[in-house]
Amino acid sequence: MTIKDPPTLTEDEKETGRRSFYNDESLVVLSAAREGWETATREAFDKRPPWKTDFTTVSSMEVPHLVTPEQVADIDPIADIGIPGEFPYTRGIHPSGYRGKSWTMRQFAGFGTAADTNERFKYLLSNGQTGLSVAFHLPTLYGYDSDHEMSKGEVGKCGVAIDTLADMEILFAGIPLGDVTTSMTINSTAPILLAMYLAVAEQQGVDIRRQVGGTLQNDILKEYIAQKEYIFPPRPSMRLVTDQFAFAAEHVPRWNTISISGYHIREAGSTALQELAFTLRDGIEYVQYGLDAGLDVDDFAPRLSFFFNSHNDFFEEIAKFRAARKIWATVMRERFGAKDPRSWMCRFHTQTAGCSLTAQQPYNNVVRTTVQALAAVLGGTQSLHTNALDETLALPTEENARIALRTQQILAHESGVINTVDPLGGSYLVEELTRRMVDGTFDYFRKIDDYGGMVEAIEAGYPQREIMDAAFQFQRAFERGVKKMVGVNDFVLEDELPMETLYISDDLAAEQVGFLNETRDKRDAGAVERTLDALKRGSAGDENTMPLIVDCVKAYCSVGEISDALRDVFGAYEEPAVF
Amino acid sequence: MAGHRILIAKPGLDGHDRGAKIVARALRDAGFEVIYSGLRQTPAQVATAAVQEDVRAVGLSILSGAHNVLLPEITELLAAQGADDVLVFAGGIIPDRDIETLKEAGIDAVFLPGTHTSDIVDYLNERLG
Repeated sequence: MTIKDPPTLTEDEKETGRRSFYNDESLVVLSAAREGWETATREAFDKRPPWKTDFTTVSSMEVPHLVTPEQVADIDPIADIGIPGEFPYTRGIHPSGYRGKSWTMRQFAGFGTAADTNERFKYLLSNGQTGLSVAFHLPTLYGYDSDHEMSKGEVGKCGVAIDTLADMEILFAGIPLGDVTTSMTINSTAPILLAMYLAVAEQQGVDIRRQVGGTLQNDILKEYIAQKEYIFPPRPSMRLVTDQFAFAAEHVPRWNTISISGYHIREAGSTALQELAFTLRDGIEYVQYGLDAGLDVDDFAPRLSFFFNSHNDFFEEIAKFRAARKIWATVMRERFGAKDPRSWMCRFHTQTAGCSLTAQQPYNNVVRTTVQALAAVLGGTQSLHTNALDETLALPTEENARIALRTQQILAHESGVINTVDPLGGSYLVEELTRRMVDGTFDYFRKIDDYGGMVEAIEAGYPQREIMDAAFQFQRAFERGVKKMVGVNDFVLEDELPMETLYISDDLAAEQVGFLNETRDKRDAGAVERTLDALKRGSAGDENTMPLIVDCVKAYCSVGEISDALRDVFGAYEEPAVF
Repeated sequence: MAGHRILIAKPGLDGHDRGAKIVARALRDAGFEVIYSGLRQTPAQVATAAVQEDVRAVGLSILSGAHNVLLPEITELLAAQGADDVLVFAGGIIPDRDIETLKEAGIDAVFLPGTHTSDIVDYLNERLG
């Protein structure tokens, strides 16, 4: 399906090369009316000034007080906005919007041991959640075992402790991996966790080619930019990513090998525009590295997916999501010559903004999360995580995790916003903001291209500096009271009752280390040595590392052992400590 | 009085450095001489840096939940190196129930989310004189 035979341009339109919704007479009338409105507004403000001084977005972006048609008359209704399911997908990638399929409700969860998290997964699934999303503890993210010196105090705290395949077997016990899709927030050690997931699926008798679906975050560039969970230097890290592209295209065709993430960039303090621009530019970098590794763009680009943040500023966020689709489609078709429409589609997961939540009066966070979730849905997200009200204090309790899930269910089943595809398409304001997001992003692309690419820009510290400056600007605006956070710098309660939160005991580490040692005792030591040696040899050469890692995992090599083998070959990365 | 030398450090595996960097920059702007450790520091690395750099105070930023294990270890290591006069304060995601324990372990103050950087500046000026 494509828009056929767009009307030829009128004489006026030929000047700009773009079509318009509006006829000239109407625009003249509205333009005159706008002048009247400006006068009336100015007079009103002369008598009584606006009630506050700052009307910018949470990203400090200027927004118009009013948008009238002549300001958006040059936005082309076909080329810029189009129709859902068609290039450039501004209005959505699915023709049927949310009537064909609702977004996937995918709550990020993980804490304690594999058994603890398995129980939480089953709880969420029994309450109507439709996909799984695994949070791993920090040692797994950084490639350390639970008994490593650096793991002290961290075991099971920020996510679930996974050391070997034995933990992964417990994590998914009783959950049929052919029926559920799973997203795993894992980056530096992504190939290891993917290998473990496939090994568990195989043990369950699932047909991996046909039935296994899910997503790895695997976005190493944003680790250097924002999240900081890197192990190896950027270039060998990029090689691990492209190895997975090639492996998954052949063996796990339903797997999204990467979720190119703006979420963490935003949490680190970027503006909405920076989040959008840096994330999509990261996407360009992955595609370029894939091409440089000899892959065909349409073989791997359809499995690229994205992950955005949804913050408080409602229209700015909606514009960001719509712009993301348009920019990605344009880049893939024009910059990379992709022919498969699936390569053009920007599919994305969204999480509401953790950094917007307040420790003060935490029940207010339910309201913030609802507004943010609504923006994500109106922006056409494919899946959504809504933060629990206590997530700024700790990992969520079962009750608070349920309220977060219920928030999505209320939007899907009660609010009616799912009935119409892209309900804000054509809004003067939303189209104008979408255009600004698109233009601003291409400006950033030019700057980053001037560095030679995103890897080079990161090595020069450019995106890191931009984000840090934006974070500091926001903090100053907050401390001056220009930006309000309800319950924190205004509307403060003097005597707040403390909230009961999930508490993860430090005793859990001993249990986890005990289980790790048991697994080490039971495995075939010869197979461990053999597979790790093969991995070292393969990664020092140019063999695809992924099948070698699968062998290591099946021999019950630990996350730490496999990561150490790769550290030996690739070295470790340290960023300059600047602020 | 500003001008004192302060170490801002990130112990443990926690990569959330937005708060640490904002505090570091605000203290620098307020006239302190700030050293930032960078990420993933062991307690021993933090204590050694504090002693070698001869700082008056150490600010520890931690959001991962490892505070009960790592922070007391840092104060113990400082004491063992004869640096128990170094003021140690912390910030991040720290449950109320842990604050008392941390104070007993020698953490002088704990700053929670929503803190103004100017409060930290005032605190240091008052404590360091």
